[in-house]
Amino acid sequence: MGASSKPGLSVNIASTQGGGASRETAAALPMRMTISKVNFYYGSKQILFDINMGIADKKVTALIGPSGCGKSTLLRTFNRMHETVSTSRLEGEILLDQQNILSQDLSSLRRRVGMVFQRPNPFPKSIFDNVAYGPKINGMKGSTSETVEKSLRHAALWDEVKDHLHKSAYELSGGQQQRLCIARALAVEPEVLLLDEPCSALDPISTAKIEELLVELKNLTTIAIVTHNMQQAARVSDFTAFLLTGQLIEFRPTPQLFTTPADPRTEAYITGRFG
Amino acid sequence: MAGSRSFLSRLREGDEIARLITFVFAASVVLITVLLVYELWINSALPRQKFGLHFFVTQVWDPVMDEYGALPFIYGTVVTSAVALLIAVPLGIGAAIFLAELAPPRVSDSLQFFIDLLAAVPSVIYGLLGVFIVVPLVRTVIYPALNKPFGYLPIFKGPSYGVGFLTAGIVLAIMVIPYIISVSREVLLSVPRDQREAALALGSTRWESTWKVVVPFAKTGIMGSIFLALARALGETMAVTMVIGNTPKIAASLFAPGYSIAAVIANEFTEATGDLYLQSLIALGLVLFLLTFVLNGLARLLILVTTQKGSGVSN
Amino acid sequence: MEGRLRWRKLLSDFMLTLTGVCAFISVAALFCILGYLLFNGGTSINWAFFTQLPKPVGETGGGMANAIVGSAKLLLAASLFGVPIGFLGGVYLAEFSGSAVASVVRYAADLLNGVPSIVIGIFAYSLVVLPFKHFSTLAGAFALGLMMIPITLRSTEEFLNGVPRMLREGAMALGASKWQTIATVIVPAAYRGILTAILLALARVAGETAPLLFTAFGNRFWSEGWGQPTASLPVMIFTYAVAPYEDWHRQAWAAGLVLLGLILIINIVARTILSRGIAVPR
Repeated sequence: MGASSKPGLSVNIASTQGGGASRETAAALPMRMTISKVNFYYGSKQILFDINMGIADKKVTALIGPSGCGKSTLLRTFNRMHETVSTSRLEGEILLDQQNILSQDLSSLRRRVGMVFQRPNPFPKSIFDNVAYGPKINGMKGSTSETVEKSLRHAALWDEVKDHLHKSAYELSGGQQQRLCIARALAVEPEVLLLDEPCSALDPISTAKIEELLVELKNLTTIAIVTHNMQQAARVSDFTAFLLTGQLIEFRPTPQLFTTPADPRTEAYITGRFG
Repeated sequence: MAGSRSFLSRLREGDEIARLITFVFAASVVLITVLLVYELWINSALPRQKFGLHFFVTQVWDPVMDEYGALPFIYGTVVTSAVALLIAVPLGIGAAIFLAELAPPRVSDSLQFFIDLLAAVPSVIYGLLGVFIVVPLVRTVIYPALNKPFGYLPIFKGPSYGVGFLTAGIVLAIMVIPYIISVSREVLLSVPRDQREAALALGSTRWESTWKVVVPFAKTGIMGSIFLALARALGETMAVTMVIGNTPKIAASLFAPGYSIAAVIANEFTEATGDLYLQSLIALGLVLFLLTFVLNGLARLLILVTTQKGSGVSN
Repeated sequence: MEGRLRWRKLLSDFMLTLTGVCAFISVAALFCILGYLLFNGGTSINWAFFTQLPKPVGETGGGMANAIVGSAKLLLAASLFGVPIGFLGGVYLAEFSGSAVASVVRYAADLLNGVPSIVIGIFAYSLVVLPFKHFSTLAGAFALGLMMIPITLRSTEEFLNGVPRMLREGAMALGASKWQTIATVIVPAAYRGILTAILLALARVAGETAPLLFTAFGNRFWSEGWGQPTASLPVMIFTYAVAPYEDWHRQAWAAGLVLLGLILIINIVARTILSRGIAVPR
């Protein structure tokens, strides 16, 4: 099962527990993050069971599965956001560039692993100040306005807001606000960007814009995205992990998972037999 | 048919009577309020006629010569309220932040319970404590501590008898802190979770996410709580009367005795001889009423704006 | 970056501790107040306090029996005046009124609520003292009752509105008229909340001094009936505390303890009633 040649650096992609273990030996890909033997609890209730996977460097990895399967919970462990809930407990190892994130300083970790949330949540500040927030508090060197412009360009928002940088972020539409949140997250130059169902509150046009964006962004940063929309996962991601009731059923390159799923449960989900 | 119709109409009549009776009582509330403003206005006619707007800028308060001016009392009210806010606002907001962001819910709720009890302590009890605890404290500890090193500054000039603007300000501060805490805490709790999470996700420390994101989000509501506290401080009578020194003079020093609008009314109303004297006091009451009216209105508006903001931010 | 990060974390820990200190100070204030009152008042309370009249000025000893009775009379009369107006007005707002009238009444109540208590005293003076040319218990009760109206009104409206629709509809489906529904179903369902509000209003006016200064005024002896000036606990505390006699100071502490004790007990009882559940009884 998923033998590693160099620990933390690369993992042979294989399907994990739960049956039909047909091993696919892909070319060893560098992994930004490695998740090993992760179990997660809220109080005494276990949410995630023995998760083992990796987030490939400069690729898009999608987490899919029905509601309540734990995909958002898993994503939130990657930047230790689960710690905002006092009853949460994490067992196992999560490595970022071979360093265990659990023993790292929280602020620096979160600078390196950024997050975009389900509903756009810009701060009650101007567009400029929203994007400048991260660099400012982290004391990043360099001209703030250049950083802001660069991030807004990466988020495909610059042209729409360049003449209105000092307007309140709340004057933007929902789709624009979400791209602003992406720009804000990019401004601190994260190594990994986590997106938790970023389009679920948006209309189809804004969704399409953001999907285009993600495909381009992977050249800049590693991406992990949770989505309940399978077509989105199929369009956007390079690797897909399918979760069901807290277990990782299958984790494979996207085209393979969707055309020839190894596990009957995966097949049932992607053909829409359950939701 | 006739029988059932009279039954129904009897029923309806019962409802009509109930509606009428309850309407009368509800209307009486409006009537009373209108009457209150009317009485205040009518009974302060004399000084308005005699002094006009000059009333507000005259320093003299001389019952013997029948000369009355509101300035010393406005000054005293403003200064004591300002001192009170200077002390209460940082303490209150700090405590509210602790209760809303740091304390676990049960601790937060129990502490809030105690703070609500603090708000229930009557003014005269604060006055009692002010007279016997705060006054000696100011005279023997605070005055020497500030006057020795900084006595050359006009605001710290002596002498001090313990009573005065600072003492009244301190007592007022304790009285208004619960208002700031309760409202600010509620407003902070209503800030959407994902604001704080967004800040944390960018690498903020807990303090940074609280101070730079959550508190600014709740800014308007917190302002509202301050206005509310100010309105309370302005109308405060007994505690201030007992510790301010009852001297209708304007002085720069915080340690000097002074007077506030509510205090002079409380002290001199029953002693007022002559209509002009009495009506001047009532005129002061009218001023106080208007001030608190405006402040309360503003406060309510601000708090309303914030709680609405929390529920519908993104388009 | 390392040094800056360390500084930020230090600042964070420091500031957050500071907020804890602020909370501690604020709550400690209550316990200090209680402590001082218990200590100074507790040592001064004796049987005489509750049963004797004040002694002539300058003599030691005596009590505040007349003030205790006076306060009780004032509060009783104030409730008889303020509660029905507030309650029935609240019933009107919740059950009968249109939104325009309701807004006006609510606004007036909020306005009344915000009026400084000394100004309420002036109003009561001009309405009840001036025409009769003397101070009276009635005038004091009027002033205190006025202050009870807004709280009672708003709370009654709030709790009546909180009664679930299905209860009303159940009663009306059985043929009950509107006022019958209100009297026999809705009000009983909301009584806990309304009672709590009345108790809290009572606790608030029990400690009020300013409006009594020129309405009930004060009395060194028993007050006969309702048309005479009367002593009251809060006013006695004020008078005794600022006077130059040591013995009066002692009695002021005792009175303060009794008054605050009463108010806190009412508050705690009222809040406990409320938290036990305003839910509709099954």
